[in-house]
Amino acid sequence: MVDAFSAVFQRPNFLTFVIIFLWGFYIMVTRYNLVKKLIGMYLVQTSVIFFLVSISVKKGATVPVLLSTTEPVQAASYANPLPHVLTLTAIVVGVATLGVGLALCGAIYREYGSLDEQKILEKLE
Amino acid sequence: MTFSVQILLLLLLLTTAAGAIMVKDLMSSVLLLGSYSFFLALVWAWIGAVDVAFVEAVVGAGLATVLFLLTLFGTAPKDTRLRRPPPSLTTLIIFPLLGVLLLYAAKDLPAFGDPNSPASVHISPTYLEQSYQDTNTPNVVTAVLMDYRSLDTMIETVVIFASGIACALLLRRQV
Repeated sequence: MVDAFSAVFQRPNFLTFVIIFLWGFYIMVTRYNLVKKLIGMYLVQTSVIFFLVSISVKKGATVPVLLSTTEPVQAASYANPLPHVLTLTAIVVGVATLGVGLALCGAIYREYGSLDEQKILEKLE
Repeated sequence: MTFSVQILLLLLLLTTAAGAIMVKDLMSSVLLLGSYSFFLALVWAWIGAVDVAFVEAVVGAGLATVLFLLTLFGTAPKDTRLRRPPPSLTTLIIFPLLGVLLLYAAKDLPAFGDPNSPASVHISPTYLEQSYQDTNTPNVVTAVLMDYRSLDTMIETVVIFASGIACALLLRRQV
């Protein structure tokens, strides 16, 4: 039990990821306002990306830009570049899908005059 | 010292996220979300992911906030529901369970900043050591993004284009 707690507190990034991920997910499930749901979705997206970037950290390493281009490279002195590359793509695609979601919100508001899930359901019946 | 700065940034991150979630006024909520993105970019710059921090500051804190604000100007800027109904029993059971499971998995993760973690020893040293000979670019992230994975990056523009088309079709005035 104590082991598990100390394991969590030695990884503050992971703890932050878990808190933001679950809280955003909870908002997506329980709130009725559609924009609020999208805010929760954005938090979930960014928290997962945050977790992936935290994997790339090496102690005592610097930014993955080569300091010298003539000497042979010591891989341990630069952060792992691969999670950075993959998350760059994920951020841009995430914001693009967020834009589609917000456009859907705008279209729903024009049609039903509300962004509240329950009111939209009432009007649908 | 370095660790305590990171803890401070993480606390700021959690505070702005909590603000974005709990504030009733959606306009303030969206602006708090923008500051959340900005602190996220700061955390990433602090742990050495500068390229990701740039993209988050421009796309996350800038573009996403602008998109949210445009939507709110076109619709209702307030969460009209004054009292929220209590969450269902399933929600109250599932979410703590999920949280405990995730935190239980923390023990099996490599330690934070471990240079010998599986992600850092498998293929990434090869990229770091050889990318300059292969691509003549000192920035390894750019080398991988624009050279090794250039097709992936090119097709990504198709995704952006498709989402732009979808937005334009959804938001056009006459049907």
